[in-house]
Amino acid sequence: MNRFVIRGQRLIAIFFIGCLLFNYPLLSLFSTTGMLWGIPILYIYAFTSWLIIIVLMFIAIKLRH
Amino acid sequence: MMLQGGIILFVSFAYIGILFAIAHYSDKRADAGRSVISNPYIYSLSLAVYCTAWTFYGSVGHAASTGIGFLPIYLGPTLMAALWYLVMRKIIRISKLHHITSIADFISSRYGKSSSLAGLVTIIAVVGIIPYISLQLEAVSTSFAVMWEHSEIAATVPRNNMTIFSDTAFYVALLLAMFAIIFGTRHLDTTERHEGLVAAIGFESIVKLLAFLVVGFYITYGIFNGFGDIFTRASQVPELQTLFTMENAGTYTDWTWLMFLSMMAIMFLPRQFQMTVVENVNEKHLDKAIWMLPLYLLLINIFVLPIALGGRLLFPSGVVDADTFVLTIPISQGQEELALLVFLGGLSAATGMVIVATVSLSTMVSNELIMPALLHFGPLRLSKSRDLGGVLLTIRRSTIIIVLLLGYVYFRATGTSYTLVSIGLISFAAVAQFAPSIFGGIYWKTGNHLGAITGLSAGFVMWTYTLFLPSLAESGYLSPSFIASGPFGIELLKPYALLGLSGLNPITHSLFWSMLVNVGGYMILSLVGRQTIIEHSQAAQFVDIYKQAEDNDIRLWRSTSSVPVIRSILEQFLSPARVDEALNQYAQKRNLDWSKDDVADTELINYAERLLAGSVGSASARVLIASAVKEEPVSMDEMMYMLDETSKVIAYSRELEQKSRELELATSELRAANEQLKQVDRLKDDFISTVTHELRTPLTSIRAFSEILYDNPDLDSAQRSKFMNIILKENERLTRLINNVLDLSKIESGKMEWHLTTLDLKEVIEESVATVEQLIKEENITLDLDLSEPTSLTVSDRDRITQVLLNLLSNAIKFCDRENGKITVRLGEVDEQLSVSVLDNGPGIKLENQELIFDKFRQVGDTLTDKPQGTGLGLPICRQIITHFGGDLWVESRPGNGSKFIFTLPVVAPNEDGSDNEPDYTPPIFANGQTQKEQG
Repeated sequence: MNRFVIRGQRLIAIFFIGCLLFNYPLLSLFSTTGMLWGIPILYIYAFTSWLIIIVLMFIAIKLRH
Repeated sequence: MMLQGGIILFVSFAYIGILFAIAHYSDKRADAGRSVISNPYIYSLSLAVYCTAWTFYGSVGHAASTGIGFLPIYLGPTLMAALWYLVMRKIIRISKLHHITSIADFISSRYGKSSSLAGLVTIIAVVGIIPYISLQLEAVSTSFAVMWEHSEIAATVPRNNMTIFSDTAFYVALLLAMFAIIFGTRHLDTTERHEGLVAAIGFESIVKLLAFLVVGFYITYGIFNGFGDIFTRASQVPELQTLFTMENAGTYTDWTWLMFLSMMAIMFLPRQFQMTVVENVNEKHLDKAIWMLPLYLLLINIFVLPIALGGRLLFPSGVVDADTFVLTIPISQGQEELALLVFLGGLSAATGMVIVATVSLSTMVSNELIMPALLHFGPLRLSKSRDLGGVLLTIRRSTIIIVLLLGYVYFRATGTSYTLVSIGLISFAAVAQFAPSIFGGIYWKTGNHLGAITGLSAGFVMWTYTLFLPSLAESGYLSPSFIASGPFGIELLKPYALLGLSGLNPITHSLFWSMLVNVGGYMILSLVGRQTIIEHSQAAQFVDIYKQAEDNDIRLWRSTSSVPVIRSILEQFLSPARVDEALNQYAQKRNLDWSKDDVADTELINYAERLLAGSVGSASARVLIASAVKEEPVSMDEMMYMLDETSKVIAYSRELEQKSRELELATSELRAANEQLKQVDRLKDDFISTVTHELRTPLTSIRAFSEILYDNPDLDSAQRSKFMNIILKENERLTRLINNVLDLSKIESGKMEWHLTTLDLKEVIEESVATVEQLIKEENITLDLDLSEPTSLTVSDRDRITQVLLNLLSNAIKFCDRENGKITVRLGEVDEQLSVSVLDNGPGIKLENQELIFDKFRQVGDTLTDKPQGTGLGLPICRQIITHFGGDLWVESRPGNGSKFIFTLPVVAPNEDGSDNEPDYTPPIFANGQTQKEQG
């Protein structure tokens, strides 16, 4: 039960991190016409944040303690 | 080469044939007990039924005009998945325990198995999902048309001019209905799970993902030169550059609400609930799905922006519907095979959604709407007819056809006036209405039936008014002035700007108002209203699901019926073989024999109800069972009695706990006391053996010398008197020893008689010194008496104190330096304490022995060479005496520097002295003879 609780809390934390990353005002910081490696910065930001969230969830589920 | 219509049809049918084969195969495997879907990967893929034609075609169309505006629909589920570990797990656990068959069943079951609530949820779900189904029909028929006509113009064929029978969408609807019927309503099952269906959906998820990745890769790297190339070229077109920022992606408020909306959708869309909860084989599969579903969403969206911008770059603006870019770009490049693959991907996406949605809707409509209605009002009174299972299946099959046709009607009605995404969002907003009742239902026990019904109805009405009706109005079925200036020209009631609220897009606007009245209605009426007994019991079971063991169905009814009656009810819906199996299982578990026991008790009736619930939903199951079973709700008095009993039991068990805690405490105390007793006992044994040993030594020598005297009467007188002397001395020693032992035991047992008088210690010391003066002189010891300090009086037993002093003095004499012996006796007074010290200049006592010498029979020194010079009881007795009078006796010594024995006695105030009576002061003595030490 203990592991269940701590894992749940980690995932809740990830949820809030995601809410922060994908909302105003952080999102607006990247809303520019600038590009990086030929890709608009906003797109890079959105997709890498997304990937990071998924990786975090993966780790949170995998961790055994 | 032109793609022939025949080829397209052939490929479509071949593909659907493959799906059938997969479904059939996995159904067979499931019957054989080797499920193919019982693994987290298929489970995760089946959840990707979330990605429909909307994702496949619509995302690109949406991205082509809003940039990353399409993303919240996928970010929401990603974030929600993180919360699934808590929320969805709970819902799955509840659903498994209560045999939940649909989202309507879940809500109605939580709020007291209410048929009215189940019906309401079903109606909302059906009405809400119809636009969504029409979206799929539109997408599939458009893709058919694009492939068929081979031209961009097909996307904008004015549909209103077509007859139904020349419309591909109509045939698509029929085809999908057929497919759903075959997969979803093959047979009735108590668990309402469809292995074949899940396997087929999992396969479709792979196909649509692969198709989209392939076409995305082709467009990005085949037509263009990679991501960078597309975006760099787009950045040179000012119109497209605006898509790089949030400029066209809607306001941040809309963005956030959309994310919230999709969070609700991934949980409460009937098809998502079906896949995630009802079809879930193992709760543990959820763990993997939590990150695999978001990963799937990420993958299927990677190429959306390149395709959207590529399409905008390739086609002149406004000629080609952006919703068809995925298909039209490969066709324009002459890649017909690729286009065919994309078409299949789109078909997968659309069919997957339609099949699961209609199956789950048909379950709801039959279980929660039609069955209860028939059972309640039916002229048939179904309970009389046999084989209701067949009736149920017919109802479901008809429902699937009706729902698909309604989707088609909505599609014809709204035409192409909407983009795919905006149609889908209307459905999302409808199912979001379930959120308050469900979240409240699993976390808030107070939430009641009235609140849920009110919240849901109010939210649904608000949704209908602010989204559904306007969508019909925009298609010309209602006056356009309804939107522009409100009904009857009342500005405040404009459906897109209710009460003048503007600045939000229609979806956000509707969501805000509907959620406001929904949550508000739910909470207020839950707080005001009361729960019936069954609601209360269900609420507790849902909220506290983790505290419950299986089969722990609390039932507040006493009901009786007979086994044959129960059996006949079950056989109306389940095959007799299945019923036999279930009843035998039950009997085996409880050691019953149906040939003898034919009274169905409450437990069996509950069991039967749960079995039925799996087929017809909990609300219908309750009605069915109630029709056949004599149920008496427990009266209020009995209820109070039960409660009272329960609380008594609780109080009693608390008391027991308390008692047992006290008992434990007492036990440990007893154990400690016992240990102490054993210790004392051992000490006593030691003491007795030491005493006897000490007594034997002088006795032995007395006896030995007496024998010598007796046997040798002719001994010379010098010898004789020497021996007599030894006998005398040993006798004295024996007497002293016995006196000491008696003293000690008297003191320890508290039987010592104390003769208290007021004492001037100065006098006592002088007397004692006088007693030993002779001895001191003989030993050539210098005695230094320091009694100059004026001191107060004390109350004590003169003889005892003298005894202490003599003991200390004789010790000092014994251990004094042989050559230049010196003894100093000093009397002083510090802090109301008189202190007497006796200092010698002997060998001193080692630090580790300074306490030991106060133990009985402990004589410090080399016991092998030195003859014991005392009884070994002197100092222990002295200490007992001194502590008895509230003083303290200790030694200060360093080896080689002599020893200083000090004792203290408390001062008695002068006005209390002068009397020989026993003073008030009684020294504290414990029963076991040990005297409490006071600090001096």
